[in-house]
Amino acid sequence: MMKVTKKLSKIFKKRVAKKELTVEQTISRRNFISFGSFAVLAGAAWGGWRWLYKSPVEPNGITGQAHLPLRAVLNTNEKLVRGLYSNNNLVKTYPKEMAAKVVRHNSDIGSAGLVDVDAWKLTVKKSNGEVLNIGIDEIRRLPKTEIVYDFKCVEGWDQISHWGGVKFSDFMAHFKLDAETALEYVGMETPDKQYYVGIDMPSAMHPQTLLAYEVNEKPLPPKHGAPLRLIIPVKYGIKNLKRIGSVNFSNTRPRDYWAEQGYDYYAGL
Amino acid sequence: MKAIKEKHPLLMRWTHWVNFPILTIMIWSGLLIYWASDTYTFSIFGVTFFRFFPQWFYDALHIPRRLAEGMAFHFLFMWFFALNGFLYVSYTIISGQWRELLPNRHSFKEAWQVLLHDLHLRKMAPPQNKYNAAQRIAYTAIIIMGFGSLITGLAIYKPVQFNYLTWLCGGYHLARIWHFALTIGYVLFFVVHVVQVVLAGWNNFRSVISGFEVIDETPQPVIQIKNDESNEKAE
Repeated sequence: MMKVTKKLSKIFKKRVAKKELTVEQTISRRNFISFGSFAVLAGAAWGGWRWLYKSPVEPNGITGQAHLPLRAVLNTNEKLVRGLYSNNNLVKTYPKEMAAKVVRHNSDIGSAGLVDVDAWKLTVKKSNGEVLNIGIDEIRRLPKTEIVYDFKCVEGWDQISHWGGVKFSDFMAHFKLDAETALEYVGMETPDKQYYVGIDMPSAMHPQTLLAYEVNEKPLPPKHGAPLRLIIPVKYGIKNLKRIGSVNFSNTRPRDYWAEQGYDYYAGL
Repeated sequence: MKAIKEKHPLLMRWTHWVNFPILTIMIWSGLLIYWASDTYTFSIFGVTFFRFFPQWFYDALHIPRRLAEGMAFHFLFMWFFALNGFLYVSYTIISGQWRELLPNRHSFKEAWQVLLHDLHLRKMAPPQNKYNAAQRIAYTAIIIMGFGSLITGLAIYKPVQFNYLTWLCGGYHLARIWHFALTIGYVLFFVVHVVQVVLAGWNNFRSVISGFEVIDETPQPVIQIKNDESNEKAE
């Protein structure tokens, strides 16, 4: 093979050397090469695009409904971004006065209708199999943290809103869930299990992540996830689960409502 | 007599053409994303002239309900867009081609003359090298815009991790508006660009594929006759 190429290039060189080309010949030769490569490249680009556009969709699992190559890219992007992630990077906060009086709410999946706040318990499944059932009053007695920040929806809208609750990291420390913080993921589900999210531990332990029970200094109304919801400013709204029913921990990705429907699992900001 | 005059180096031609499909895909996937919260309008003094975008436009391009897909495509092709831009800018700086590109102190005055010429209001166009003054301004602006899309894009993509970029853009909300406005800018640029390319003709168009222009070089006579009389006549 090498020999053939060498021979060919020799012949080619000889030919070129043999006779100097006229301007006309140079023009048509260069045009031929340039337009030829242009056409070949354009064809290859089109072919590549058709391949990607028609590439198979991933099987339904923890993530689903995305083209396989695109899912691979989303996961690679996640790795890169997690390399940059730091709990010292804080979301910008605003004065209370700037918070919206009417707080936007997009979806009722898993949190439709009313909930009996007195009967409600937060179920925490520890890694040793033990289960904690925690009432809302017990959570309210923990140190309270407030945040006024720009809530960001994956759809593209954003709104400054004011939330109050307990820091997730404080909650973990209070209930002695240290063994659990060593695991990679937190999973949260609504009581009816209709809506569920998976969150990487560093984001959950971010100093601005709250288990919120207040909005605009009043108890959460049902549509905002009474009695307890997740407020996680380093994630899009889709991860801010309303009406938390249960919390679990694992080293693998817990199931996630929107990741199953083609969205990025990480959804970090 | 015909002669070859080199115009666009290989790398500039490639990055130019590679950018076209990349930007097309970025704008298309950007539309899939924008549709999910399509709140922007064009209004003056409270009168709305245009809503981005009318339903027929979305329907014609099959835009609705494809947010997740749009994000996935956008976050793949953003890499190609950035890489291609990086190649072009580095090459322009290292090769010295920036001298032909950046506007100089004459450009703004001359660009006006170019505009008048193009509108057939002025007979003579100012002298030019590779690019005329209006091109220098337009092509430099489009590079800055590309850089702007990258910065505003990162500011929206990871507003907490890149919070200094988000701050630089005037916050998350404004960064998204800038990101959108720049895209509209590309589309307007594209329309003018294509019209100008068509008007400029084949020789110019070919130079962006083959790299050279064919010029008519009248050969200089070997012996130059110095004749006072003929000089006077020439005046």
